[in-house]
Amino acid sequence: MYTILSNERICDGIYLMTVEGQFQEARMGQFFMMRAWQDAPILSRPISIFNIEKDSIQFLYKIAGEGTRLLAKLHKGDSIQLEGPLGNGFPHVKGRVALIGGGIGIAPLLYTAKQLDKPDIYLGFQDQSYLTDAFKPYTDKLVVQIGGSVLDALDLSSYEYAFVCGPLGMMKEAARMAEGQDTKVYVSFEKRMACGIGACYVCTVMNKNGNRKVCTDGPVFLAEEVQWHAELSL
Amino acid sequence: MRNLACNIAGIPFNNPIVMASGTFGFGQEYAKYYDINKLGGIASKGLTLEPRPGNSGTRVWETSGGMMNSVGLENPGIDAFLAEGMKFWETIEPVKIANLGGSSIEEYVRGAQKITKDTEERRKAGLRAIDMIELNISCPNVKEGGMAFGIQTAIAREVVREVRQVTSLPLAVKLSPNAENIVEMAVMCEEEGADCVSLVNTFSGMKIDIHQRRSVFSNLYAGLSGPAIKPIALRMVHQVARQVTIPVMGMGGISSASDIIEFIMAGAEVVQVGTYNFMNLRAGEDLLAGLQSFMEKENIKSLDEIRGIIR
Repeated sequence: MYTILSNERICDGIYLMTVEGQFQEARMGQFFMMRAWQDAPILSRPISIFNIEKDSIQFLYKIAGEGTRLLAKLHKGDSIQLEGPLGNGFPHVKGRVALIGGGIGIAPLLYTAKQLDKPDIYLGFQDQSYLTDAFKPYTDKLVVQIGGSVLDALDLSSYEYAFVCGPLGMMKEAARMAEGQDTKVYVSFEKRMACGIGACYVCTVMNKNGNRKVCTDGPVFLAEEVQWHAELSL
Repeated sequence: MRNLACNIAGIPFNNPIVMASGTFGFGQEYAKYYDINKLGGIASKGLTLEPRPGNSGTRVWETSGGMMNSVGLENPGIDAFLAEGMKFWETIEPVKIANLGGSSIEEYVRGAQKITKDTEERRKAGLRAIDMIELNISCPNVKEGGMAFGIQTAIAREVVREVRQVTSLPLAVKLSPNAENIVEMAVMCEEEGADCVSLVNTFSGMKIDIHQRRSVFSNLYAGLSGPAIKPIALRMVHQVARQVTIPVMGMGGISSASDIIEFIMAGAEVVQVGTYNFMNLRAGEDLLAGLQSFMEKENIKSLDEIRGIIR
């Protein structure tokens, strides 16, 4: 059990929770299974790491259902269960890197930016932006776009690596843009999970080499290996 | 410490807690969270003769008090499990139960033969081996076979009879609550020489996405598990346990030590725990501690004192 230091509403449906604890060993792009209830809902919620400081960890999340609605109701001093860090995060790469986030998909990118050497950062939002200032210390180029596709704001081929987290359609589009280019695109998936540790097989993504588990093989995958048509037909 | 020992077909279980097929993998993942040697047993993820990719599309959906899954028996196949998975199973102590799925009688038979042969070879070599086969005629998530074998007693009888003939291993048959008559099904298993019945598998259920106007699951229906099904599962275990003399592995929504006590009072020899593993990654350890403390408080020395006391 961990103690919540704060749980603030950032804007409509978007919350930032800070939890006390030392999590420096966590890697960029990893997540935690969170739980602050007994048996309803049944499952814990996978939430990615937004930021880690010396004695605390932050989670940026969007209310998407019953679980996140309950998380949003928690207050300073409340207890929360955290299992993790889980999953394989983004790879530690050297070279020109673009971090591309869409909406709540910006969540895993701040801690990622801190681990890399000043990547360029592109953040896209549908109608309102949030927490973009938090990225400023870790980049020389921050592009924030509201409305449209943030992918239109960059030339993917000018980067050796692109780390993308956002809606499925956006991640697929990034994969398509990188076709025939040298840019390696990594995407971070979100799926409904049950165990979170690789035992139950409910969070699989179809890859060219067969099914992969988002919880343990992912959540980060090389975009060219994902069978996008299978994912988008859901 | 109280005596929690149980026994099925001569196989001793240190305690009645068995992890249910499909929720525990082969145990390796959970071994990072607690000492899984504390468990009474582990039922493997459903194994089939050939590797299976499982179902496409959404595989899990939460419901009030439960969840539906549509994994569809994704597994590496029996050969791969015997070659790779057994390396881990050789190192652990709980009773090892291979859950065997299939789409045809022949597939079940050949699967059972492979497992039996493997166990014989490992025993000769002095190694730990699979202790028991749990015949899965009740998976609701595969189009061909699976549950189809578990609905009508006459069809199930053929599968149990054929598999019984090819294995010397203790044989459990996992029953579906969707069976036309689950008591008749259990009696049939006993008649055909099964050593045990395990029940219940998931209830066939449905979820419709009203905006997309289609089922959430590509396989249309999915299997409901979790606390929501416990009262029905408990009633079925009670009905079956009164009508058969072979031991019953009871399961369905167990999420506390008191739930385990209920199943044992209803007549179960051991219990299986499934969905609760998702609610608590240390489920086995916590349930065991809870069971010990209940028995201390109630001054119960052995589970035999309370087993089947509800007539």
